[in-house]
Amino acid sequence: MNVSDRELRVKPINNGTVIDHIESGQALNVLKILGIGSHSKTVVSLLMNVPSGAMGAKDVVKVEGRELDPEEVDTIALISPRATINIIRNYEVAEKFRVGMPRKVVGIIKCGNPNCISNSNEPVSSKFMVESADPVLLRCSYCEFVLDKNIADNLL
Amino acid sequence: MIFGRRHIISTKDFSREEIDFILDRAERLEPYARKGGLDLLKDKVVATLFFEPSTRTRLSFDTAIKRLGGDTIGFDSAESTSVVKGETLSDTIRIIESYADAIVIRHPREGAARMASEVSSVPVINAGDGAGHHPTQTLLDLYTMRKECRKPLGDLNVAIVGDLRYGRTVHSLAYALSLYGASLSLVSPEPLRMPESIINYLRKHGVTLVETPRIEDALGQADVLYMTRIQKERFPDPSEYLRVAGSYRITPDTLESVGNDMIIMHPLPRVNEIDPGVDSTRHARYFQQAFYGVPIRMAVLSLVMGKEI
Repeated sequence: MNVSDRELRVKPINNGTVIDHIESGQALNVLKILGIGSHSKTVVSLLMNVPSGAMGAKDVVKVEGRELDPEEVDTIALISPRATINIIRNYEVAEKFRVGMPRKVVGIIKCGNPNCISNSNEPVSSKFMVESADPVLLRCSYCEFVLDKNIADNLL
Repeated sequence: MIFGRRHIISTKDFSREEIDFILDRAERLEPYARKGGLDLLKDKVVATLFFEPSTRTRLSFDTAIKRLGGDTIGFDSAESTSVVKGETLSDTIRIIESYADAIVIRHPREGAARMASEVSSVPVINAGDGAGHHPTQTLLDLYTMRKECRKPLGDLNVAIVGDLRYGRTVHSLAYALSLYGASLSLVSPEPLRMPESIINYLRKHGVTLVETPRIEDALGQADVLYMTRIQKERFPDPSEYLRVAGSYRITPDTLESVGNDMIIMHPLPRVNEIDPGVDSTRHARYFQQAFYGVPIRMAVLSLVMGKEI
């Protein structure tokens, strides 16, 4: 890796959040969870399949000018339980922590039961209780459908 | 025990003590379920919102309300309501809660009653949500077993037969029986097995459990034979229904090897899974079971409206 490559990948941000150690291939889903889409004005850097000693390969997302709230961050644990969060202020790492599994997940994941009331035209957000963190097991608060695989595929 | 203004959505929301409390109250109300004479719900209006067809549940709720001296409003099919104009269930509930002191709801979508309870300021009673829960049916099932069997609920061996995949009554019943420690035999064709999540729950809660496709494997030791209809309307694929329809049929001949005290229950309606010849045997309890819906629903209604007897 030459210097310019290195600079390109890890160029520091002034203020914002760096989400590191994302499971390889999940960076786009992390953006989905954070509500960052094509309409978003946020400056975002995305690194995919970066070589990592501990993980083999990992993704990294840098969100400039925005500190993520803990609930938002914890939802990332559903698809990337080893992710770490670095809050950056004035180019310094002000806080560093790992994502933690949330107790409930609201409005982010679609229930896998097509007949669930949350999949109808009702003005209601999907709601899941986290029953188990490892392996991840979510239970719909409305119909009790259990979601335990392909969670990333059910992101709204 | 305080039930006032509480929603009744799933039997899983209740402890064994709370269920026993409801069954005890039903026992005290049973004489009035036959002839009325109470005015616990005088000046109270209960809305019965049936977005899906029902005979026994709707009429037994109606009867329970009237036996308690209350009035009812509501409908028995979504076609006659603003649903056909595109009104959401949330809006319907917000409107009805200003007319009624409690809402009884049956809806084809799972989770509908739970969602209604989040919107409503008056108690919501789930009268069946799709393939989800039907708690008052479970309560009357438990009440029937308590009244009609010679053993305590915890000592019973209950064989549940038929559509265990789509049948909401058997899902709720299995959860509730797990609270008492009853043994279960789950008899179904392979495509209609009890959902894995419920099996896991039962195992986790220490329930002695046998799964079999052969009713003969369960009949000998059963204290209760709980028959269910294989529900054509729940099958996404009609050919799948035809493959399993008529898998189980109880006739007087089938009952030759069963114990004298074994009782047969069925949430009704039956199609052909119980031969009418069984009706006159000592084992039949399904019509009695249907009647017990009235005292159970009287108990639930009076409790959620905070009425003492």
